[in-house]
Amino acid sequence: MAYDYEKSIRPGKLPHIWCPGCGHGIVMKGLIRAMDACELDREKTTIVSGIGCASRLPGYLDACTLHTAHGRAAAFATGVKLTNPEMNVICCGGDGDGTAIGGNHFIHACRRNINITYVIMNNYIYGMTGGQFSPCTPTGMKASTTPYGNPDPTFDISKLAIGAGATFVARTTAAHPREIDKLITQGIKHKGMSVIEVLDDCPTSYGRRNKFRSVIDMMKRLKKDAVPAKAAAKMTPEQLEGKFLTGVLYHETDKPEYTEQYDALIKRVQEGA
Amino acid sequence: MAKKSALVQGNQACAQGAIYAGCKFFGGYPITPSTEVAEEMSAMLPKVGGKFIQMEDEIGAIASVIGASLAGAKALTATSGPGFSLKQELIGYACIAEVPCVIINVMRGGPSTGMPTGPGQSDVMQARWGTHGDHAAIALVPQSIQEIFTETVRAFNLAEKYRMPVQVLFDEIVGHMRERIEYPEPGELEVIDREAPTAAPGEYKPYDASKGLVPPLAAFGAGHKFHVTGLNKAEDGFPTTKAELVAAEEVRQIQKVECEEARADIESNEEYMLEDADVVLWAYGSSARSARYAVNELRKEGIKAGLFRPITLWPFPVKRTAELAEQAKAIIVPEMNLGQMIYEVERVAQNKCIIDGVHRVDGDPLNPGQIMDKVKEVI
Amino acid sequence: MAQRYEIRFSGAGGQGLITAGIILAEAAAIIEGKDALQSQSYGPEARGGASKSEVIISDAPIDYPKATIVDACLAMTQEAADKYAKGIKKGGLLLLDADFVKTAPEGDFIIYRLPIMRMAKEDIGREIVANVIALGAVIGMTDVVSKDAGEEAVMRRVPPAFKELNQKAYNLGFEKGKELIN
Repeated sequence: MAYDYEKSIRPGKLPHIWCPGCGHGIVMKGLIRAMDACELDREKTTIVSGIGCASRLPGYLDACTLHTAHGRAAAFATGVKLTNPEMNVICCGGDGDGTAIGGNHFIHACRRNINITYVIMNNYIYGMTGGQFSPCTPTGMKASTTPYGNPDPTFDISKLAIGAGATFVARTTAAHPREIDKLITQGIKHKGMSVIEVLDDCPTSYGRRNKFRSVIDMMKRLKKDAVPAKAAAKMTPEQLEGKFLTGVLYHETDKPEYTEQYDALIKRVQEGA
Repeated sequence: MAKKSALVQGNQACAQGAIYAGCKFFGGYPITPSTEVAEEMSAMLPKVGGKFIQMEDEIGAIASVIGASLAGAKALTATSGPGFSLKQELIGYACIAEVPCVIINVMRGGPSTGMPTGPGQSDVMQARWGTHGDHAAIALVPQSIQEIFTETVRAFNLAEKYRMPVQVLFDEIVGHMRERIEYPEPGELEVIDREAPTAAPGEYKPYDASKGLVPPLAAFGAGHKFHVTGLNKAEDGFPTTKAELVAAEEVRQIQKVECEEARADIESNEEYMLEDADVVLWAYGSSARSARYAVNELRKEGIKAGLFRPITLWPFPVKRTAELAEQAKAIIVPEMNLGQMIYEVERVAQNKCIIDGVHRVDGDPLNPGQIMDKVKEVI
Repeated sequence: MAQRYEIRFSGAGGQGLITAGIILAEAAAIIEGKDALQSQSYGPEARGGASKSEVIISDAPIDYPKATIVDACLAMTQEAADKYAKGIKKGGLLLLDADFVKTAPEGDFIIYRLPIMRMAKEDIGREIVANVIALGAVIGMTDVVSKDAGEEAVMRRVPPAFKELNQKAYNLGFEKGKELIN
């Protein structure tokens, strides 16, 4: 029997704005399955996003949804979560939104280890504004603002999250739909800041300029270059050249969670008074 | 029994007023000369079970405040000059998404880093037009420590009642000086909480204005699943580009503040010796204190001067300013900037009397002598 | 006409002169129930640089929050004396640190000198209480608040462990201040 996504989608809000072949829909389905797996009460779940194609995702879902300003999802989400720690708070958005204009909020949410699950869809490009290069566009690749090839080095979002202090960091791709919901589920269940980076495709703005002939080519590339972290441990640097790791990349359970820390502080202050 | 009193700084009184109003969340970022507001909130909020967070930057601070408010808390941020500039985009977000919150701006010199420890009144136009797009604005401009307390309480009330960001602007002088404050007893000042929706879950529309210009706001987590966005939206909260809906929403959001009934509720002024005044000093914040001193001195010299002091700067006191322009020979506008509110006074006065300004931007307050000299020059 | 009395404390940032102003304002506004207002101005430095703290005491509400014509002024350093010992009224008083202000500003006011920093170091044993000595001296010279009100305000501001030290400093300042004008 087909999976029932309908009950999680707001009536009348489809069709979505995403282009044919865009991976965001695959991620949205994965997120729905993960929320179902975690039995999240949608009235106690706030999904927060910034601006961009991926940030339109919350509007389709039947929950408390907050479509904020460009880059600010993590900061808005921090206010929601700290005010109501019982709330399940999920952020979603793209690579440009999360790591360029919103990079500061992203790393500081990681540093605080606040119990938020951030699903970041990395399609290597600013899609909504027409394909400008992002901090994640691979060096040398073409975008509307890198007509001669991208001169910039790139961010590794997962490493950035680990370095900043997130305590659950995982990566998968839009070509691995089953792994998406498995990892988001683990992220939601993890107490602390969890970051799930989903490498995604943007056929319209990225594929077209970079000689991917079809969406299938882009998906094949994601499949080909993905190496499960466990398998990578047995591979040589030469074998890993040009590949990226997938699966759970970092998991730590000892670091205190932010809202719990603050509640403990309140208790200490009130008892001391 | 005598009321509890203390000698406190303006910034402290502001934080104390916020707590009195029921503020349960502060998101901030350190900046001179407003930092003491954050320091005081960090000490007081945990005692009342509230949350304080020092965010990574000014934008994050206002973002966290809007998030907190949507989760149901009365929320506050405080900043100064450059931080106020950085917050503008999200002040606009709070306007269009209609999220109650209070923004304190302890004004210093500028532009840019300017004079961090010096006073200024040069953000008064930014408070009106700083964020892009058409929108209404409420800004309160207290002049004393006691008034900072009461106006901060009023700012929360207006934010919750009109479902929008409310700004309280005072300058470095008032923020950092100390005077005696007499604390109101609990219940003595009105404290307004936001109206909760009566719609059944599933029926709630966050921008349904059929029962009034200000639709009730539900808290996330309180049983209603709804959408909030910075895009132009329809009454159900979802984005729309339908021309008639976009325009109607924008007009409603301005009307809710600028209709006659709302103006009467929001506007607040003090008048001093205006009955027979030939010269009206139109002044706000610490400049109004200098102006009042000048009025007393001028009266001793036989000059019929009076003071009009807006406590609500925005919406602008159109009616009373126009009446004073009819009555007086001149309106003098002393400001710690190079001329901002004077243009609004000019617009409203419509050449009915002489309008002139007294300005100062060197880090020292406007002194009464300067104002008196200008009055004598004009009449 | 309301009586408005203006006092300015000036010195180097970190010498505690803003605190001295606050204590005086508290003595007047809270303990004696007068109207009082304290303000300050300072530069970007957390320590050093010239800083000033002004207190206005009045029997009527205070409008203009800064000094107009200063009745009594304290300058603890040469820089502060050069920058802030101005606008003192005719016949007003200016108290200078005898060691640190070599060149007194000129004007139609009466200059007094006390080695405040040296007294703190040698008589009390702690430089940190120089501001309280200065406060005691200014109160002793001006009687702008009572001796007891000043002392109570000092006691309210200092931690228990430092009460005795500050009491000693305040009384020393007060006595020396009285001696100066008598």
